Formats: sequence, C-alpha cells, structure tokens
Amino acid sequence: MGNTGVIPHHPHPVSFWQSSNGKKVVMAVTGAIMFCFIVGHMIGNLQMFLPPEHINAYGHFLHHDITEELWIIRGILLLALALHVTATVQLALRSQAARPIGYSRKEAINSSYASRTMYWSGPIVLAFLIFHLLQFTAGYIHPQAQFVAGDVYGNVASGFRVWWVSAWYIFALCLLGLHLSHGLWSAFQSIGCAHPRLTRCLKISAQAIAVLIVLGYISIPISVLLGVIK
Amino acid sequence: MKLDARIPSGPIEEAWAKACFDMKLVNPSNKRKHSIIVVGSGLAGGSAAASLGELGYQVKCFCFQDTPRRAHSIAAQGGINAAKNYPNDGESVFRLFYDTVKGGDFRAREANVYRLAQNSTKIIDQCVAQGVPFAREYGGSLANRSFGGAQVSRTFYARGQTGQQLLLGAYQALERQIHAGTVKMISKTEMLDLIVVDGQARGIVTRHLVTGEYNIHIADAVILATGGYGNVFYLSTNAKGSNATAIWRAYKRGALFANPCFTQIHPTCIPVSGDYQSKLTLMSESLRNDGRIWVPKKKGDTRPPNQIPEDERDYYLERRYPSFGNLVPRDVASRNAKTLCDEGYGVGKTGLGVYLDFSEAINRLGEKTIRERYGNLFDMYQRITDEDPYKVPMRIFPAVHYTMGGLWVDYELQSSIPGLFVLGEANFSDHGANRLGASALMQGLSDGYFIIPNTIGNYLATHKFPKVENSHPAVQEALTTVKSKIDKLLSIKGKRTVDSFHRELGKILWDYCGMARTAEGLQLAIGKIRTLREEYWKNVTVPGAGDDLNESLEKAGRVADFFELAELICIDALDRNESCGGHFREEYQTPEGEAQRDDEHYSYVAAWGYTGPDSAPELTKEPLEFQYVHPSQRSYK
Amino acid sequence: MKVTLKIWRQKNSNDKGQFVKYAVDDVDGEMSILECLDVLNESLILRGEVPVAFEHDCREGICGSCGFVINGVAHGPERATTACQLTMRHFKDGDEITLEPWRAKAFPLVKDLVVNRRALDHIIEAGGYISVGTGQAPEANGLPIGKEVADQSMDAAACIGCGACVAACPNAAAALFTGAKITHLGVLPQGETEKDRRALAMVAQMNAEGFGNCTNIGECTGACPKEIPLDVIAKMNRDYLCGSFQRRDDLPTPITPVVEGA
Repeated sequence: MGNTGVIPHHPHPVSFWQSSNGKKVVMAVTGAIMFCFIVGHMIGNLQMFLPPEHINAYGHFLHHDITEELWIIRGILLLALALHVTATVQLALRSQAARPIGYSRKEAINSSYASRTMYWSGPIVLAFLIFHLLQFTAGYIHPQAQFVAGDVYGNVASGFRVWWVSAWYIFALCLLGLHLSHGLWSAFQSIGCAHPRLTRCLKISAQAIAVLIVLGYISIPISVLLGVIK
Repeated sequence: MKLDARIPSGPIEEAWAKACFDMKLVNPSNKRKHSIIVVGSGLAGGSAAASLGELGYQVKCFCFQDTPRRAHSIAAQGGINAAKNYPNDGESVFRLFYDTVKGGDFRAREANVYRLAQNSTKIIDQCVAQGVPFAREYGGSLANRSFGGAQVSRTFYARGQTGQQLLLGAYQALERQIHAGTVKMISKTEMLDLIVVDGQARGIVTRHLVTGEYNIHIADAVILATGGYGNVFYLSTNAKGSNATAIWRAYKRGALFANPCFTQIHPTCIPVSGDYQSKLTLMSESLRNDGRIWVPKKKGDTRPPNQIPEDERDYYLERRYPSFGNLVPRDVASRNAKTLCDEGYGVGKTGLGVYLDFSEAINRLGEKTIRERYGNLFDMYQRITDEDPYKVPMRIFPAVHYTMGGLWVDYELQSSIPGLFVLGEANFSDHGANRLGASALMQGLSDGYFIIPNTIGNYLATHKFPKVENSHPAVQEALTTVKSKIDKLLSIKGKRTVDSFHRELGKILWDYCGMARTAEGLQLAIGKIRTLREEYWKNVTVPGAGDDLNESLEKAGRVADFFELAELICIDALDRNESCGGHFREEYQTPEGEAQRDDEHYSYVAAWGYTGPDSAPELTKEPLEFQYVHPSQRSYK
Repeated sequence: MKVTLKIWRQKNSNDKGQFVKYAVDDVDGEMSILECLDVLNESLILRGEVPVAFEHDCREGICGSCGFVINGVAHGPERATTACQLTMRHFKDGDEITLEPWRAKAFPLVKDLVVNRRALDHIIEAGGYISVGTGQAPEANGLPIGKEVADQSMDAAACIGCGACVAACPNAAAALFTGAKITHLGVLPQGETEKDRRALAMVAQMNAEGFGNCTNIGECTGACPKEIPLDVIAKMNRDYLCGSFQRRDDLPTPITPVVEGA
C-alpha cells in the first residue's frame, strides 16, 4: 500500500476548483443561474394563454430589440451550463474512483428518489434541451407543419399537436422538476446555507417550486392537446 | 526491598508545588534529544503523548486499535469530578480529597489524592479550551450534577458521553502533535515486552497486529498507560481488547504490582442473557437516583414483575440502609444484589438479576421528566433487552468495571524500574480499595496532562542514557522471549479455543474472587487456576499463522497473561485478611454484614514482586499514613 | 433460530475475495450480530478453519471499531444502532444475512470485514483540533457559551469515527465525518478563530485521501449510528467557502501521506 499522495500547492482559484467542495459551489451557482432562466422562460411561455400577438411581440422583442443583450445572456447561460456539466462529469468520475469495488447489495434508506437520480435526470434534460433548441429556436426539427420564423404562437401550437413531441416534452419537464426538487435545496447546502429550521423550509419550498415549474411548463402542451390553445 | 514513595515532606497543600520546584529540568534545546515511548492512547496515554510532544520531546505513541481515538476511556458515561465549586455548595480541593480517600476506604496514598484534587480544576479549564462540549446552563456557564459518594455537585458531564468527549479532546491534541511531527503514532501494534538495560527501562518489543512483524523500539523512558485488567474476569464492562499484557510483562521484568485484588464491581449492568455473552453493558449509576431496587419476597417467584403485588416485594436496600436507601456506594449495592441472588431471590431467565423499578418515579414525576433525565439510557436498555423500562422494571446485575490495583508507582508515577512510568488505570495510585464515580477520568487526565510532563523531566535530567543497539543482549533476550511465546502458542494445536479457557478462568475468578471472598475459596481458586493454566499450555488451539491479522493469536497471548495475573489476584486477596472497599472477605464483616477493615495490620499497599515462573511472588509493604483524613468505619445505615 | 451468514472472505488486500456462506444454528434473539459471529468463529476454529476477521472493541456502540454492511445497509437495519448493538431478534429464522466490508478506495481492505480507516485520522490530523497547548487554558467559566451552541456542538461531537457515512454514501464521501468535526469545533467560540484554516486544511486532506464528493442526498445521516445531522456538511461548505475568500497565501498547505501501510 505504498500509495503515497501529496496535496499539490496551487493558487486559490485553482485549488478551489480542484476541491470537490469548490466544484459543488460552482454547480450551485451555475444551477441557480439556469434556474433563473427557467423561471423567466416559463413566464414568457405562459403568454401562450394570451392572444397570439402577445407572445409573438415578445419573441420579436427578444430577437430584434435586445439582440446584443440576448447574446450576452445566452453566453452566460452557455457558460453556466458548460461549468455545471463539466463539474458533474468530473465529480461523477471522482466518485466512481472513490469506490472501485461496489457492494453486492446496497439499500437506500434515507435519500429521496430525486436525489438518487440526479445523474440520470440531468443528462436526459440536457438531451431534451438540445432537441428543444433545434425545434423551437433554430427550427431544424419541426415534425408537423413548416417552421415560421417569427410566428412563435403558431410554431408552438403546431409543434405540440404532435403527440410524441408533447409526450417527450412532458416527460423531460417532469425530470427537470425532479432534478430541481433536489437541486434547489442541494444548492443551498453546497454553499453552506443551512439551519435546522431553515433546512426543512428549504426542502419543502424546493419541492413546491419544482411542482409549480413543471405545472407551468406542461400546461402548454396539455392545453394544445386538449384544444384549449389552437 | 524498601519502597520509597518519594512523597515530599511538609504540608500536603504545598507538596506538589514543592516537588515541582525541587525537580531537575531539561532545558528546551535538550528536550528534543530525549525520546519517550508512550504505550496506550486513552485519556492518560493520549494526554501524556500530546503534552510531551508539545514540550519538544521525541515521542512514539502505541495503541493496539486502528486509531488512538478508540481507547476504552471513550466508554465512560457519567462525568468527571472537579473541585470548581461553581454551584457554591461547599466544595473545595480538600473536600474532594477527603471524599476520595474515604471512598477508597483508606487504602490510598494521601499526597497523591491531594494532588489529584488540586489538578482537577485545571483539567476542566484545559478540556474546555480544547473544545470539549460540556453541558451548559442557559446562561452559558458550565453545568454540574451530583454523583454517588458525594454530597456536593462537582461532576462535569457531556450528556452520557463524557469519556468520549474528553478522549476526543486528548486525541485531537495528539493528532495536532502528530501533524507537527513531535509524536509518531504507531497503531495496530501491541507491546509484548519491556526492555530493561542496566536496571533502566529503555524500550519495548512490539508486534504489528496486521503484518505480524516484530519491532524493537529504544527510548530514554517508557510510559505505560494501558488501562486496567478487568477483562481477567472474561465478562466485564471493559472493551474486548482491554488487556493486562503490557503491565504484566513489565511486572515480570521487575516492576511491582500493587493491590491486585482491589477490583470494582459496578451494581447497575444489564444481566447476562446466555453462554454466548461476550461482554456486559453498564447502565449509568445515575439511574439509582430515581429507580427503586427490589426482588420478590418469595424465592424463585416466576410471575412477571407487574403481577407481583407491592407487599410481596422486598425493597432490600431501603429496608437495610434506611438513610442512604438505593444510593449506597457501589460496593455495598453490588454485594447485596449478589447475596439475594445466591439465596434464590434473583429474577429473570438466569435468576441473576434484580429489578430496578421506575414506576414510582414515573407516577410521581411523569414519564416526560423521566424521559428527559434518562431517555438515552432507557433507549439503550430497550435496544439490548427488547423490554420497555417505562412499563416493565429494568433487570440489573453487578459486573466487573474497574481495577483500582495496578503497577506500583511512587509520587512521580515512576514504577520500581527506573525509567518506567505508569499512568491512569494501569497504576494503583489514587483510588485505594474503591473508586468513586467520575474519578477515573480525572485521574487519567491529571496523570497525563499535568503530572508526567513535570516528573519525567526530573528523571531524564538526572540519568545518563548510553546508546542501546538492537544487538544488545538484553534487547535480543526480550525479542527471543516474545517470539518463542508466540511460536509456542501457535504450535500447541490442542482441542479447546482461547475463549473457552478465558470464559472458564473468568468464572473461577468471579465465583471465588468476585464480590465476596473467603480464604477457603481463594485457595481453591488458586488450585483451579493452576490446573486450568496447565491445560491451557497443552490443549489450546490457535488457528492461522503469526504473519497476518490473527485475533485468536492476540487473545491467546493476553489470556496466557491473565492466567498468571488471576493467580496473583487471588494470592493478594488471600493475604489481605480484612474487608475494605471492593475487597470483601466474608470472614471479616461487622455484625450487620458490612466490611470490617483492620487498620492495625493492613493499612499498607501490597506491592508484589515477580520471582520466577514457579516461585511465589514476594510481598513488599508500603505503609500508609493518614495525617489529614482519619480512618473511620463507613456506615450507610 | 438458524440463520445463514453470507460473509465476504478475503485473506488480504492482494487476495481477490469472495462470499462464503455459513449456517449458524442456535442463534438466540438476545445475541448481537457480533456475538453471532463469535459463535461462528468458535466453531470455525474447532473445525480447523480460519475465523472471520472483524473489528470490534467496546461492544457498546461508542468506540466506533465495529461496522460492516449488513443486508445492504451500513450497521444493519436498525436506525441509530451500531453493529455491536444490533441484536439477532431483528432477523427471522432461516434468514440469509449478507455481511460485506465498508467499500471505499480510501478504506483499503485489510482482511475479511476489516478495513483500514486511517484516512479519517489524517483528516483530523490536518486541522481537526483547537490549537491550545497543555497549561495555556483560561478559567473554564470565563467564556460563557449558550446552551444551544453547546448542544449543537455536542450533536456534531457525538461522531464515533466508524466510517458508516462513507460506506453508505453512493459516492464514498467523507463529508459527514469531516463536517461533524468542523461543526463541533467551529460553532464554539474557542474554535472559531481557526475555522477558516481548519476547513481549508481538512477539506484539502479529505480530497487528497480519495473520498468522493457529497451530493447532499443524506444516506450518510441515515446510516450514522449517532444520527449526526446533515447540517454539519453545510457548515463545512460555508467555512470552506468563507475560508477560500479570506485565505492568505502564507497559509501552509498540508502534506501528508494518504496511506502509510496497513
């Protein structure tokens, strides 16, 4: 067992990033940034329940009135996503290395389903995100009718009328909800914000917010399929 | 042989300060040239190793566990005494000293006990500074509670885990020194012999428990802090690994063994439930504050306790000791329980148990209050026995808990071999014939933090330490002795396991040298022990080899030593024709059945010296003089 | 009753290791699972076989020596109970009970159910203490500490260092262990002065020992025989974060061997 390791000396940003605790802080912060986007995006989407002009005007506003700012926001989001994913992958590899021989039998006794499935829910949501961008932002994938640039309302409504697009969307959003229900609370824990009373409150709030977000998002495809949105 | 305890002359209050001033010092730059071996990492060993490391000595610390934090000091529950007098209830250094000497039934050395009481306050300061989370009042000051054998509240505690917290304090101080490079920690290693060169203790022979490797460690002084020998009884509240091997092998190299028959039997333990039982679990003495102890009036009554009407119960402690009732000292409570069970009044499957009943207290105070006071103990009881003590009375029975005897040491904690120091439960010094609750932690830390750092300097400054090579005949002789003993154990390949011998030895000792002893019984026991020991060396089987982790082999060596120690315990008990504290000879009791001391003939420390494998040990007496606390008959009626 | 013990047997760290099944008759419900192993070992010795190696010492749930994974749960199915206090009445006649050692890279296997947990000592060694020498202490009551703070510290200080948190964690992280010591010392005023340095040093050591990362899922606290709360991990993260911001370059970085022999 001559496995003698030495802790290398690095300037602090480097050693911060290299420590697993530092990576978790990065994941918490980047997660929070993406969470803000998720909330904003949902509020934007809910304009589907208003007459078509509203959401089309909103789309126009984003794409033409604040083009430069939008690219900055997209840049931040992309960076956050990249850091979030990088840290996840590195930590997952580290965890795998930390237990080279697994158990023949292992029971979960205290953790939530959501928390145990973060490694699955995350990548699936990422895959969905790519599909989603290709479908609604770039318009490369548009299974039913023609993608009409600028007609946000029409694109959404026609897109969701395809049952499997809606199903995939609902499934992915549920996973996102699962991811958030643990992630939102976990982020506070990772940056060291916890207190016996606060923790309970945070856990419940995280789950409530996750449910609200899932409901907010999936209300649109459901409404389209039910014919509430035409 | 004349024993010089080197007690400073003059008033007892100034003895320790005077001794410290008179001691020769080692100058700071010379300290790092001296090496010290510390065997054991509990409260005494851990605190000593850390403190000596801080002073700048080169320290090597040994433990047989995988980490120093597992030493059995960790299991102490109740608390630690200190003469702080925070509750303003009349406590003082002198009162703690007085209670300890009296509690020890006047068989302890006054000067040592006084120093212990003086150091007690500094221990609390030190531990608080280290971050030991003692219980606190809402105002932020330290909380105190009362304990057996005292009329003042002087016990500091950290829930029911005081020993754990104090040990972690010492362990952290030790780890800090390991990090600083002043202490080298060597764990999973057992000391198997002491190396004595030209009359000075100069090192130890060890065996690594995982690799089986033998090593020689040479130093200028050796400190043993290896705990007590209660496991000689097989069933005790000690940890499974606790053993007497280090002190026993030092005894065989010439250190005197003092008062081996002074063993403490704790009255409130969970009874034995079957032959497979491996150890006994203590329930804190504090339970006797609210619990009432009783047995059925009818012999062999098998009715469940709740169906035995009030007038058919015998609250025997309240009946016999109306003024102290259930709160009589440990030795008295234990002895009474044993007597009744022997007479056939015992309860439970085995008939070895008495009830400790909380129903009266629950009716008077409410279940909530009882839960607040003893909740964790009740939970532990329920976990082990599957009975709910809120509804059914607990069953308790006495169990071996602590050994007041140990290697003889002088006032400077040096044994009769120059350069061999002994700390904590491993020495005999402070508790006489009976230890008061919450005093063991105090003694371990006093020895380790505040006494040895002063006294070892005096030894190092006044002696010369010629270099000892591994090839030195004394070193090689010790190594050969160790190896041949292990090889012998592995080669017997008999038909009985080590544990079966150990269990039988424990039974002999418990029956004849436990809570009540007689000359006849002790003689019988000595014969039985010798016969069993002979069988052991012919018929024990130790599986496996000596070059890997082999617990049976570790145990085999320890049990071999227990056989010899058991015999010495009986010899000492036979020699002491009086009853005092934990040593109760049935021939010597008052008409009421209480211990009858004989101060005229037995007011001495019995220090036994090894004379050879087949010859009787030699007794040297250190007379005890009492100038401050005058011996009187203890009465709890 | 009778049970079958399915035990991981491995001679040493170089051996491959495998499960071996042993039938144990005459099991009493009052026995602890360690006593059940004792009974098995006695019979193995008499049959001339090598007994099962497992760590144990105090057998009253406080020393932290014992511990293995029992039917997929560290320390077995009872909450807040160490293996030594787990009685056989929690199993049924005819049960097959799987016993497996703690599995983590930082805990190299020694033999059978015994692993080397020295890595936990190294984390403490890196900074898990208050730097006060013997004799330097001020009067104990000179520094009032509120009962709630003392209780919070005690909750964390109850850790017995058994390693069940690492064993139960899907990532083999030592966050609960490290957080417990950081919280025990860090919430007390005596320990606050060093808290930044302590957190940085202990976290660095924890990472260097090869433990995994914490994903805040709470398996550790569920397996912990002393029920150390998950909040201690947040406290570690907080102190680490604050320490990282306030860190000065002259802070010495701990250099310690990861594993120094068995």
